[in-house]
Amino acid sequence: MPEATFRIKRHNPEKLDDQNGTGGDRYDEFTVPYESSLTVLEGLFYIQEALDGSLSFRYCCRAAVCGSCAMYINGTYRLACQTNVRHLGDGPITVEPMPHMPVVKDLVCDMTDFFAKYETVMPHIIRNSAPPEKEIMQSPNDRKKLDMPVDCILCGSCYSSCPSVWGEGNYLGPAALLKAYRFEVDSRDEARKERLPRFDNERGSYRCHTITNCVEACPKELNPTEAIQWLKGAAVRRRLLGRAK
Amino acid sequence: MIYHELVIVGGGLAGLRAAIEAKKQGIDVAIVSQVWPGRSHSGAAQGGVNAALANHPESADDTWEKHAFDTVKGSDYLADQDAVVQMTKDAIPVIYELDHAGCPFSRFDDGRIAQRPFGGAGYPRTCYGADKTGHYMLHTMVEQAIEARVPMYVEWFVARLVVDDGVCRGVVAYDMVRGGFELFQAEAVVIATGGAGRVYSNSTNAIISTGYGMAMAYHAGVALKDLEFVQFHPTGLLTTNILMTEGARGEGGYLVNDLGERFMEKYAPTAMELAPRDITSRSIQTEINEGRGIGGKGYVHLDLRHLGAQKILEKLPGIRDLAIHFEGVDPIEEPIPIVPSQHYSMGGIDTDMDGRTTMPGLYAAGECACVSVHGANRLGGNSLLETVVFGRRAGAAAAQYIDGLDEFGRSAAVGEEALADVRDRVRSLANREGGEDPYAIRAAMASTMKEHFGVFREASVMQAGLETMMDLKARVTNVELRHAGGVFNLDMIRTFELEGMVDVALGIAAGALARTESRGSHARTDFPERDDANWLEHTLALYEPDGGPRLEAKAVGLGMFEPQERKY
Repeated sequence: MPEATFRIKRHNPEKLDDQNGTGGDRYDEFTVPYESSLTVLEGLFYIQEALDGSLSFRYCCRAAVCGSCAMYINGTYRLACQTNVRHLGDGPITVEPMPHMPVVKDLVCDMTDFFAKYETVMPHIIRNSAPPEKEIMQSPNDRKKLDMPVDCILCGSCYSSCPSVWGEGNYLGPAALLKAYRFEVDSRDEARKERLPRFDNERGSYRCHTITNCVEACPKELNPTEAIQWLKGAAVRRRLLGRAK
Repeated sequence: MIYHELVIVGGGLAGLRAAIEAKKQGIDVAIVSQVWPGRSHSGAAQGGVNAALANHPESADDTWEKHAFDTVKGSDYLADQDAVVQMTKDAIPVIYELDHAGCPFSRFDDGRIAQRPFGGAGYPRTCYGADKTGHYMLHTMVEQAIEARVPMYVEWFVARLVVDDGVCRGVVAYDMVRGGFELFQAEAVVIATGGAGRVYSNSTNAIISTGYGMAMAYHAGVALKDLEFVQFHPTGLLTTNILMTEGARGEGGYLVNDLGERFMEKYAPTAMELAPRDITSRSIQTEINEGRGIGGKGYVHLDLRHLGAQKILEKLPGIRDLAIHFEGVDPIEEPIPIVPSQHYSMGGIDTDMDGRTTMPGLYAAGECACVSVHGANRLGGNSLLETVVFGRRAGAAAAQYIDGLDEFGRSAAVGEEALADVRDRVRSLANREGGEDPYAIRAAMASTMKEHFGVFREASVMQAGLETMMDLKARVTNVELRHAGGVFNLDMIRTFELEGMVDVALGIAAGALARTESRGSHARTDFPERDDANWLEHTLALYEPDGGPRLEAKAVGLGMFEPQERKY
């Protein structure tokens, strides 16, 4: 039976008083046997069940739709559930929490700021007119504009990968701005000036320097960078030309 | 201690909808969830949500009555018809409400919400957003809850209910990120924790769908209803059991055996691939059992190739990605290997149409509840519908209950004992040495349920399975915790879950063995006929600490549609 070596970055906040005072930060190696296929998430479960009950990681759907298990695997942002060990080549598999994020424990990042920023962009539809009796009509072409942004699973990979976030802690980051875009391009959304000031500022869309790390990091192959450039353009048009949307 | 008038356990569609409704009615409500609500298993639903909008060119004369009839017939007449009527009537405004909230449904050319055909439905009435309808609905509902400023306790695992003098008064929960247990006092609690798929080893469900919420109610003395009715989805991916939506067949996909035959012709000549799930899963299993699986092996093909790349990319992009990533198969080029997989718990916490349980102050909604609108077999597209319809109703009923409490009924400061009890339990689990391995028990349980309580059932096989489950239950009392740390302790959460899973599994096993007939998803080779004279009734399972459940019967709500033979 083939074996995979998992090299896992560990951090335990309950051991901040260990010898080097780093919360026990270290890499642990584990050997995981497998038959025909094994995902990184399944490997983590094997370790937690059979080798080290103290290992912590996030999980839920194991089908790449919930966004729980985004990690840094062999130096690449990946969903652990969607990553087959066979595709990672020979050699040990290094699993780390998403970098540039505070760590709760082991592979679990602190997502507090990430979700707080998501909430600030008014991530919900804004309607100023009374709802119709039935659905709000939307043409297939208008609906198509939503295809990309509504696929976001808020896993945090883009946010973790963005140098502008590293450099400016208050920057909203790609995921929150992609969410703002998702509503700004929705033909049913009637926001006038409500959402605009939330992203049209120096800690919003203008902080994006089109480095495109987010595009590379996204496990759903979305393009937050492009969405943010659209937001910049839309904001300028609205301010200069006085357009509604 | 934390206080809210109403605590909702679970942040999926049902829990979010319940919270939003209670909030609208001025109740101090909070959601307590094991995962960030947008990560809940509701988001894995793919194909769509049923409502008789009559938007499809072929469904111009569709009505909620026809939706109700299809649902009752699909349920093999075990659904309560008054509840089905309520759900199918509410379906229409509920879908418009979701649209007004921004849910990105796919559209017809005229701008109306698109609908597709689904299994067991007389009309194309399944509203959809590509093949990601659950994800879209869930995120829309999270957005609504954020706008409504519903407080959310995220990554808190609820360990048990607080019950005082027969009244539910709150919960005890584990704060995963900060470590430690906390008491939530409340006037009422809504359980909305989803299904119990993970008691089977071959489930499409999320790893957190352990049925723990059902077990909490069960352990507190509330009956679980119709547990033996377990839905096997016809098309789970061979290797991982990940769901391949019924929408794939709704869009025209074929089921094909080793001989290249569209074998559904033999089993459901009219509906073909769009027969209800129980019938389709049995058909696939029969093909496999009779040696016509692909290469004689234990799977058949879901073939989408004739739909063409454009239709697959437009209507089924998520399915394609999943097949590529998890099975190494591109459906544009190759057929997808699939196998019937545990998918849905028709049974659950016994509730009425307003989510009320028999315990004052305790409500349930969504998959963890059994109203029952699905009876012995749920139709595809009715589970997303159930979450929003009955989530709203449970939230409203709980709000009304709280408003009706007088001074003496309110704010009894109770629960310290329950909190101490949970802490003691953790301490004793952690101090035990040489105890049982919880993961060995979990694996044995899940494979026992798969092998002994699957698509086809028979007395001697089930009897053996039940005995294994009884042994496992005895072993659970001696499990040992390997890790006693405070922060994000998966070992502790998963050990807690196991205790609940084994009891829910035993309930499925006992109910299945007792029900000597075939109805909906419960197909017995030794009792192949439906037996309305003796079994047109719900099963109630009541928890007994030392052994299997005590079973009772409960009448089915009939009246609108007379039971008849199901043909498709």
